[in-house]
Amino acid sequence: MDAGKISSSDYEQPGVKGMVADWAADRQTFDMPWGKAMMWIFLLSDTFIFSIFLTGYMKVRMAATEAWPPVSEVFALTIGGVYMPLLLIAIMTFVLITSSGTMAMAVNYAYRGDRRRTVMLIAATAVLGASFVGMQAFEWSKLISEGVRPWANPWGAEQFGAAFFMITGFHGLHVSAGVIYLAIVARKVARGDYEKKGYAIVEIAGLYWHFVDLVWVFIFAFFYLW
Amino acid sequence: MQHTAIADQPAELHDPHSFVTRYIWSQDHKVIAIQYGITAIFVGLVALVLSGLMRLQLGFPDTFDFIDPSAYLQFVTMHGMIMVIYLLTALLLGGFGNYLIPLMIGARDMVFPYLNMLSFWTYLLSVIVLLASFFVPGGPTGAGWTLYPPQAILQGTPGYDWGIILMLISLAIFIVAFTMGGLNYVTTILQARTRGMTLMRMPLTIWGIFTATVLGLLAFPALLVSAIMMLLDKVIGTSFFMPALVSLGESMDYTGGSPILFQHLFWFFGHPEVYIVALPAFGMVSDVIATHARKNIFGYRMMVWAIVAIGGLSFFVWAHHMYVSGMHPAFGFFFATTTLIIAVPTAIKVYNWVLTLWRGNIHLTVPMLFAIGFIFTFTHGGLTGLFLGNVTIDLPLSDTYFVVAHFHMVMGVSPIMVLFAAIYHWFPLISGRKLHEGLGKAHFWFTFLGTYAVYLPMHYLGFLGVPRRYFAMGGSDFIPASAETLNANITIAALIVGLSQLIFLYNVVRTLRRGEPAGHNPWGATSLEWQTPDVPPKHGNWGPELPSVHRWAYDFSVPGAEKDFIPQNQPEKAGGTGT
Repeated sequence: MDAGKISSSDYEQPGVKGMVADWAADRQTFDMPWGKAMMWIFLLSDTFIFSIFLTGYMKVRMAATEAWPPVSEVFALTIGGVYMPLLLIAIMTFVLITSSGTMAMAVNYAYRGDRRRTVMLIAATAVLGASFVGMQAFEWSKLISEGVRPWANPWGAEQFGAAFFMITGFHGLHVSAGVIYLAIVARKVARGDYEKKGYAIVEIAGLYWHFVDLVWVFIFAFFYLW
Repeated sequence: MQHTAIADQPAELHDPHSFVTRYIWSQDHKVIAIQYGITAIFVGLVALVLSGLMRLQLGFPDTFDFIDPSAYLQFVTMHGMIMVIYLLTALLLGGFGNYLIPLMIGARDMVFPYLNMLSFWTYLLSVIVLLASFFVPGGPTGAGWTLYPPQAILQGTPGYDWGIILMLISLAIFIVAFTMGGLNYVTTILQARTRGMTLMRMPLTIWGIFTATVLGLLAFPALLVSAIMMLLDKVIGTSFFMPALVSLGESMDYTGGSPILFQHLFWFFGHPEVYIVALPAFGMVSDVIATHARKNIFGYRMMVWAIVAIGGLSFFVWAHHMYVSGMHPAFGFFFATTTLIIAVPTAIKVYNWVLTLWRGNIHLTVPMLFAIGFIFTFTHGGLTGLFLGNVTIDLPLSDTYFVVAHFHMVMGVSPIMVLFAAIYHWFPLISGRKLHEGLGKAHFWFTFLGTYAVYLPMHYLGFLGVPRRYFAMGGSDFIPASAETLNANITIAALIVGLSQLIFLYNVVRTLRRGEPAGHNPWGATSLEWQTPDVPPKHGNWGPELPSVHRWAYDFSVPGAEKDFIPQNQPEKAGGTGT
């Protein structure tokens, strides 16, 4: 019986066999800190939550008995007499994707040991995230003032409001939680709490942040562009 | 580089000093496991009493005034939900998962003990919210454990006002608790194994718990999302699941929702949930059978791959619960096919258990009796599953007692048999004392024969067309009078089985007070949890140094070896395969 028998030469083999030997080896499957592995697994689970939210939304949209409201008109702004569809959403998406950039730079500086730049970049990420939430609050209040409710709206299928508030709300909660998380990490980096343990935590927070951004891209595509 | 912060640095463990940090706000996986276990068994007893009340009504209709139709539906609902989620999932993963994972893979604790502690307290909160629904106006929900809308939140269903809200909130809290625990289990198994513990040397218990936890992390999101959507439908009046409808003569404000969407989401969770319960049971029963038959598990690699294959397939079969909901025939064909394919890895497992027993040195101890009992009940329930997996056979049998008999055999009785096997098997490790053998055997025979007396006749009732969830049959012509006699017999058997669990409780209490000390490794098991320096294991599990693993977990009766078992931490020169 050779179950579990792995000799050291197996790791060095190229291709699938080496990879399998590496994964099935003792102690650890992935060469990363525990927190990072756990964050990846959590994000996989969270991916399922958002996928199911979006699938549910697509199903109610297709099954709705009334017409779906004209999305690009609902989410349009008129600034200085110029009518611009999806303007606010475009700005929000730009802000959030930019914040992913600053986060990636923060991770880089953290591993280099440049604490001052790391703190500034994490703080910038958090500020961008907070402004995203602020713009979302503006959008919510605009829609509410126009009569959109989770149970009704002036233009058609009531599932529009229900899905909109539920999905953007759930995503907004993720962003808000991320801002708080980043603020805590930034404070701890500034105090030098991670000097001994290493700066993997910045990367872990970054994973979460990039995930929240990526989810937004899908919400943007499926909700605003469809 | 190894990331082993607490794995081999005992100083990093938060050593508990006071009674409160040791036994209440404990971060020790063993204490958390026992807390999970006691809570789960407590709610399980509540659900057992509920099933007794249901049986009283079914066996002797018009006899008990305090069971009205509403109360009956509430008993059905709460019995189902508690048994599936709050007892089986919590006890198998929160209880045995917590206890066995670090011990079996040679870790000092879970990777994030604090999160693990939070998991238990969040679970306790979900149980309290659930039980609170018995005390709110209108009582708990009576929508059936599947909670199908629109009826679940409409007037006319018991508990439509408060019960359903508390149920949905409790489920959401439970999912949070499960996620915190589940992330710990998966990360611990992947990242914190001891030296020499490769994936293919892990005992099958760990493989079962690992795969089940992954399933849980991917399936519970569907339940969470559907709970949130139904809460919104109920509380603020959205129409995700609610079409335009007239209720009690009034037309409701809902329009255009999709009730079938809920069924899809629910069963996308609900079917993997069956395997969340079954896979840890498969794993544990494999280890119990190998240990008590003094023989290596037959086809270890196939057993591992069968677990993984069942886990993967379980995400592609959910709509076989919805054949009567209305579906395109092509989808019915697809889901029938995937459902029947699952029978292949499952049959591999059953054959391998039987082949492990074949020509083994079988010790008919209490854990072994329950394990063999499991092979019977599981094969039985699995075969009726093949009936129900076919669309054309399912249609007439849907919502009859045949279905009740099928799922109680396959995911009620079978995991419970394994849980008892596991409790009798690991009790000497957990408490240091051995449960009384004679009482255990009495408990086994009452439970095993009793469940057959309960569920075999139910198959027949199903063929007669007796519908499930009905409060009383009334004057239905197609149901012969003999069905009522049969129902009375089933009730008597069910009450005997229920009462016989008192033997078990008495055995536990008696053993804790004055049971015989079990000593070190009383069953002669090979896996690591029995090789700790102290019994029961102390905080940190392993003393100053972590064990090293040199072989798989099934070196029983190796020719030429000193004893009939070689523990996993014995070096290669002790004989056996040494792999």
